[in-house]
Amino acid sequence: MKRGVLFTAAAVLVAAAFAGEIPLAERRSGYDFMSRETRAMQDDDATNPGMLWVLEGESLWNRKDGERSCADCHRDAASSMKGVATRYPSVDATGRLLNLEQRINACRVERQKVPALAFEGRELLALTAYVTRPSRGLPIEIKVDEKVRPHLEAGRTAFHRRQGQLNLSCAQCHDERSGIKLAGNTIPQAHPTGYPIYRLEWQGVGSLQRRLRNCYIGVRAEPYAYGSPEFVELELYLMWRARGMKLETPAVRP
Amino acid sequence: MARTVVNMPAQAKRGEIIEIKTLAGHTMETGFRHSERGEAIPRDIITQFVCTYNGVEVFRAELSPAIAANPLITFTTVATESGTLEFKWLGDKGFTAAHSAKLNVV
Repeated sequence: MKRGVLFTAAAVLVAAAFAGEIPLAERRSGYDFMSRETRAMQDDDATNPGMLWVLEGESLWNRKDGERSCADCHRDAASSMKGVATRYPSVDATGRLLNLEQRINACRVERQKVPALAFEGRELLALTAYVTRPSRGLPIEIKVDEKVRPHLEAGRTAFHRRQGQLNLSCAQCHDERSGIKLAGNTIPQAHPTGYPIYRLEWQGVGSLQRRLRNCYIGVRAEPYAYGSPEFVELELYLMWRARGMKLETPAVRP
Repeated sequence: MARTVVNMPAQAKRGEIIEIKTLAGHTMETGFRHSERGEAIPRDIITQFVCTYNGVEVFRAELSPAIAANPLITFTTVATESGTLEFKWLGDKGFTAAHSAKLNVV
């Protein structure tokens, strides 16, 4: 009897923990929350400032670094990189969970034999934007297998964990209160559909981890370092949460 | 990074008004900010943008520190004859960028 009650209580708790998740059909990209002007800026390659980074990425792709350039192996990014960004973060052959920036750096260190590029540096952002761009319009496809699942669950736990001096979880804003206002801004659903993004507030391009740092500082929690496994797991959960939604890279956000 | 994007039609009818969109990669540092150590960060902006059409100036802009990074300048001109449009950006610290585009008038 007592065991039965406990079991029911546990089941109710589990249900309550994820009750606030947004139904798949009701998910909306940050694009839908933007003004008409900002949407127009993103939609036209001639006005989208993120294209400056994509163009720089193209010259880096073709630049010989160390033993070879990216193009020496991968050839034309428009075809060879199509859909690649929709699958990241992912677990590589050696069992490491890598996001796209880390995948690019792994390729640099292991194949080109040159030092890794700095996180959030102009060159890594430009290359990431260039590599992601051929996936524009393709749905996010995070495959979950037994190697990925523990990371995904860790990311999910982090998303639902209250943290910082304000004691808020990601889910409290982005699952339960998306669409309403936080000061003058509409709280988006936090789907990472357009990274790296050109953010007007930043006056430049930044990665998803830079955006995560913003939120961490916002709830007065200490952000993890760039490239830390905790951030990559959270990235993985966010991408999985946005599965099926279309990539917009390079997106423009206010 | 002196990188620019210019978007305009390659062909136009004589007398037609064409729209030209230009984007220049630049940080547009205002000169009003200070570093974490309290030192003033010197101004570094694009100060001038000029467009000439077959050597004749058709558009000029003087930019100020209040203008956002990576300035987008959109303007129109009348397609009078086939030729070349030259775009030039000049700025602080010897910044220069240039772009040219052909226009075929039928």
